[in-house]
Amino acid sequence: MRDCLKLEKITKTYQDDNGETTAIKDFSYDFKKGHFTSIIGPSGCGKSTLLSVICGLEVPTSGMIYLDNSKLTTKNNSIGYMLQKDYLLEFRTVYKNILIGLEIKKNMNVKTLAYVDALLRKYGLFEFKDKYPSQLSGGMRQRVALIRTLATNPDILLLDEAFSALDYQTRLLVTDDVYQIIRAENKTAIMVTHDIPESISMSDEVIVLTKRPSTISQVYQISFDMDDRTPLKCREHPKFTTYFDAIWQTLNGGTS
Amino acid sequence: MSRIVLSEREKYLRDKRRYRILVVVTQLGVLISFIMIWEVLANIGVIDSFITSKPSKMVTTFFKMMSQDLPEHIWITCVETIVGFLLGTVLGTLIASILWWSPFLSRVFAPFLVVLNSLPKVALGPVIIVWVGAGMPAIITMALAISIVVTILDMLNGFTRTDKNKIKMAQTFGANKWQVFTKIVFPSNVSTLLNVVKVNIGLSMVGVITGEFLVSKGGLGHLIVYGGQVFQLDLVMTSVFILAILASIMYYGIVLLEKLLCLKGKWK
Repeated sequence: MRDCLKLEKITKTYQDDNGETTAIKDFSYDFKKGHFTSIIGPSGCGKSTLLSVICGLEVPTSGMIYLDNSKLTTKNNSIGYMLQKDYLLEFRTVYKNILIGLEIKKNMNVKTLAYVDALLRKYGLFEFKDKYPSQLSGGMRQRVALIRTLATNPDILLLDEAFSALDYQTRLLVTDDVYQIIRAENKTAIMVTHDIPESISMSDEVIVLTKRPSTISQVYQISFDMDDRTPLKCREHPKFTTYFDAIWQTLNGGTS
Repeated sequence: MSRIVLSEREKYLRDKRRYRILVVVTQLGVLISFIMIWEVLANIGVIDSFITSKPSKMVTTFFKMMSQDLPEHIWITCVETIVGFLLGTVLGTLIASILWWSPFLSRVFAPFLVVLNSLPKVALGPVIIVWVGAGMPAIITMALAISIVVTILDMLNGFTRTDKNKIKMAQTFGANKWQVFTKIVFPSNVSTLLNVVKVNIGLSMVGVITGEFLVSKGGLGHLIVYGGQVFQLDLVMTSVFILAILASIMYYGIVLLEKLLCLKGKWK
């Protein structure tokens, strides 16, 4: 499988009144096209910084990012970002919320609008499109947020603890929902999380980070040999605990 | 079973309706008894209607003046208030936007704004008259001076407190500063603006009346000052009463506007 996103020795240092903080140090990794990769690490270890750097919201102090073998310099159209909460705009309808990315990119035309329409129908949001976010359930809101990100048709999706604001029950369901949509749309996904079961259940690879300054501690290849893999089914699988124990050990070995 | 639930519901609704009616009836009662006691006390000579006026005389004064120049005075005060209020709100919001745009300018002007905010703007009255001349422009400037600083401070506060993550959301799509402002920051603060507008309509009126006190040629403020000087308390009281009605009409106009906006766009 060919490389899609390549990070080379990414380092990010923040300056503030209290001094210098290095969030990430020499992070190098080749993200595979079509793969679901999770990045897991102790809280405050700079996982989110990594996504901000990939997305172009923040400039790395040093290092290079390549996308399909060309240098990634500015904000790129082929990267979509999903934040910790849905952050839907209450004053816009569901449809208008979903269109905000296209509006900002000034890319509203017959083709893109038709694509949005197709997404709405495919994922059961069409009948809700004129509702306001306050009229939707938490899971539904998250789905709207995902479709909002997908509306600009990015190749790579970044998920920043995208389910952490939901209650456990909803979280499991939304995880399943989002996973299947991402798979159906054949996107490359990079998810940052502190939840081990979540990372195992969704990913093809789990990258475990060390404490700050973060570097890669270990990478796990996750494979369940299932035809129609879903996060919920993965949680039932006997191999799940094996992966869990291994990652748990690595994470805690890093702190002791 | 469902019938019992329904009647419980009906009882609840009926009690609630009765309570509402009771409140309104009591309010009217307070108002009417106040007016009646005032009238009676004036008639039996407990209070001197020369200094306090009395409701019946206010009514006759009102009708007498309506046939003379009262509509014109009301019109003048209305126009001045609305112009001052619109200018204050629009300019204030504009300046707040510029200060949001440039954190540097915002930082630089913060102490000046605080001083201007605590300064009683009425003290600027003589200065304003010298600068823009005695007349309607001076009165409108007065209204503007009183409402603009509060507008700037409140709007800027609202703008800077916009959810950072919603801004980040827009930035992940590559939004520039102008797009962040027009698509996230400003629409998120429509409710702030409506609150400012409600405060401003009152402040603007304070400015207009003060202005009319200082440079009186027309308007309700002029009538009040004039009435006071010639000891025509009927005129003063009538004008104050009209002013109160005018202020409430404008205030409820804004509330109505807010309701319409809420229904249309779910601004919250």
